[in-house]
Amino acid sequence: MLKTGRSTVLFRVAVTFTVVALAGCAPERATHTPDGRVLVRYWEKWPGFEGEAMQAVVDDFNQSQDRIHVEMLTVSEIDQKLMLATMGGHPPSVAGLWSHNVNVYAERGALTPLDSFLAEAGITRDHYTPVFWDLCAHRGFMWALPSTPASLALHWNKRLFREAGLDPEQPPRSIAELEAMNEQLTLVEIVRDGKPVELPYSDLTEDEREGRTFRVLRMGHLPTEPGWWTPMWGFWFGANLSDGDRTITAGHSGNLAAFEWYQGYPRKFGLHNLRRFGAALGTFASPQNAFLSEEVAMVLQGVWMYNFIDRYAPHLEWGVAPFPSSDPQANPNVTIVECDVLVIPHGAPHPREAFEFIHYVNQREPMEKLVIGQRKFSPLAQTSPDFIARHPNPHIDVFMDLARSPQARYEPRLSVWNEYRDEMVVAAERIFSLRVPPEAALAHVDQRIQRRLDRVMRRWDLIREQRLQEWNHYDPR
Amino acid sequence: MTRGERRTLFIGLAFISPWIMGFLLMTLYPVLATIYYSFCDYALLSEPIWIGTLNYRDMATDQVFWQSLSNTIYYAAIAIPVGLLVSFLIAVMLNQAFIARSAFRTIYFLPSMVPFVAVAMIWLWVFHGQFGLLNYALERIGLQGPNWLADERYTKPALIIMSIWSIGGAMVICLAALQDVPRQLYESAQLDGASFMRQLWHITVPMISPVLYFNLIMGIIGSLQLFVQPFIMFGSDGGPNRSALFYAVYLYENAFSYGNMGYACALAWVLFMLIVALTWVATRTTRKRIYYAGE
Repeated sequence: MLKTGRSTVLFRVAVTFTVVALAGCAPERATHTPDGRVLVRYWEKWPGFEGEAMQAVVDDFNQSQDRIHVEMLTVSEIDQKLMLATMGGHPPSVAGLWSHNVNVYAERGALTPLDSFLAEAGITRDHYTPVFWDLCAHRGFMWALPSTPASLALHWNKRLFREAGLDPEQPPRSIAELEAMNEQLTLVEIVRDGKPVELPYSDLTEDEREGRTFRVLRMGHLPTEPGWWTPMWGFWFGANLSDGDRTITAGHSGNLAAFEWYQGYPRKFGLHNLRRFGAALGTFASPQNAFLSEEVAMVLQGVWMYNFIDRYAPHLEWGVAPFPSSDPQANPNVTIVECDVLVIPHGAPHPREAFEFIHYVNQREPMEKLVIGQRKFSPLAQTSPDFIARHPNPHIDVFMDLARSPQARYEPRLSVWNEYRDEMVVAAERIFSLRVPPEAALAHVDQRIQRRLDRVMRRWDLIREQRLQEWNHYDPR
Repeated sequence: MTRGERRTLFIGLAFISPWIMGFLLMTLYPVLATIYYSFCDYALLSEPIWIGTLNYRDMATDQVFWQSLSNTIYYAAIAIPVGLLVSFLIAVMLNQAFIARSAFRTIYFLPSMVPFVAVAMIWLWVFHGQFGLLNYALERIGLQGPNWLADERYTKPALIIMSIWSIGGAMVICLAALQDVPRQLYESAQLDGASFMRQLWHITVPMISPVLYFNLIMGIIGSLQLFVQPFIMFGSDGGPNRSALFYAVYLYENAFSYGNMGYACALAWVLFMLIVALTWVATRTTRKRIYYAGE
């Protein structure tokens, strides 16, 4: 009797334990705060001062009304985690992604179309610098609204310009000028008459240049520093990376010209010399950064560079200008733009309240608080009259003008862009290492990625009608 | 089965049911699902579309697949035997009687306790072309060290060197086996005048052969699935000329970065079959050379 009784108790304990354990797999999440507000969970990618700037805006929003409470959580590798959370049916209400995620997520049905919300709120493209609105659109639908945008420009070191006998207020306007200045700014060490001497590359004799027996001490410009936009160098040479959404154009004549220029560096300065020089450069976010430590005089960098100059090299004499293009008459003010965006994942709880928060962030005052906190510029068409004067970055106007340029370019809106970008990076490395001529490397990229794209497009053609219907008939209620 | 036995069985099953449920939902179902997905065009969130064997046929013409496979096999072919040999020799050395033996055992074992990510970060600096410890040491003996991580000829050797640093686990298993070898076998051999090398080859190796076999199988599985170190050190593009792009990294990129989940599932199954095949070959070729005292 006693034995049976104990077994029964054990059995019940085991069953209870199992039920509790399984119930733990899908916990019910609170949808409201204890004081009855709708809880909007917001995943953001930025830690540090960028995250603090966004948290300040979130706090303002929470104080501005008493119906919604936004809870911000910093999430690393947000793009992959958001995809998995959405797939698992537990996405946050709002997520801060990058603009290059928008088309991929939208096409896979991972985002909520915002068109009906935008129409209700009366928000149109006119409210924004056009390129940033376009970055949030895909296949005729709006999937996101911008938060903080960025554009790229040439940063140059005025002290090194002066030291090299160049006008420190006159940056290069064309690639040809960039290369001429590069020769004057590049400092090498070579043994002459048994003694090491330091001199500009431009002062080397023809034999010394041919022999490449020098050591590079400083570069005027090096396209691999930092090397973050290597696949898109072609934009400064009038290239496109795709033709519409079905054709890859890695082998475009502009890309070819760009990578011939790119390969010109190891040909001119010697691959071994550049590798040795590159190995000694420090990491980006440190005082050893090549530009901050004055080891490279000119770099292509984004609006965020000011933060690092301010922190690690406050005494640097620097200027900002459009990065020179191959033909400044036909192709002036080229830049690459990108943007942090706010999206509502597919199946997110409280989409209407989520949009209310996104709408709040996209109003002038909160937006300016956010972008000044993150030291970027506003994606809105109108800024307050003293915005530039209040902004800590003394060159913020250059970045804003570049973003408004007709030549503001962005990553191709292709579902295969991640793969395309990686393939271009590998091709660039082969080109730089002088293993293959640019034509062959780019032809290989064309062939490989076109094949992938064809497969993706075949898939899209199968599901297009269904997707468009879902998006057209999306009902936020 | 009596009523009481049935009851006991049910109680037992009820107690392990969380594990059974976890195994069915978190392991068996995903594994079986990947078989289906490997025959589909499938990106996360979209419905899988049946495409037959296209993913497998694509692999045949995918140069990056072949390169990642070749890199992985190259690594495995060198790292496994070298690792086995070094772990065995160190175990033999640490099995001798000498001062501070326990301290040395700890020192040799410690690196295997360091997390993979930390190991990768440490070795990034050791292999640094300009300021690396390894090149500094080579320079001290008059050799010019290569740019380990930027020169495609040295990326895989660098990873192999790194793998040897973490052989503590295999070494400890060998050491445990060595301590089980009966002393009288060595004493008899010594009476017969056998040298140290002969004792090693004719007594030690056969007696610990099951452990060496175990380390070999673990080595095959671990090497073919190598992921963290190359991913941290060379990123998703696999370093210079993809010379350090490993199979598992390529699989991961396809699944989570490129959205080719169907293709990634096919890659996973090919990897699984490869591991099974190599394990089978290893088992067949070593079967007659493994000594089990109980048989």
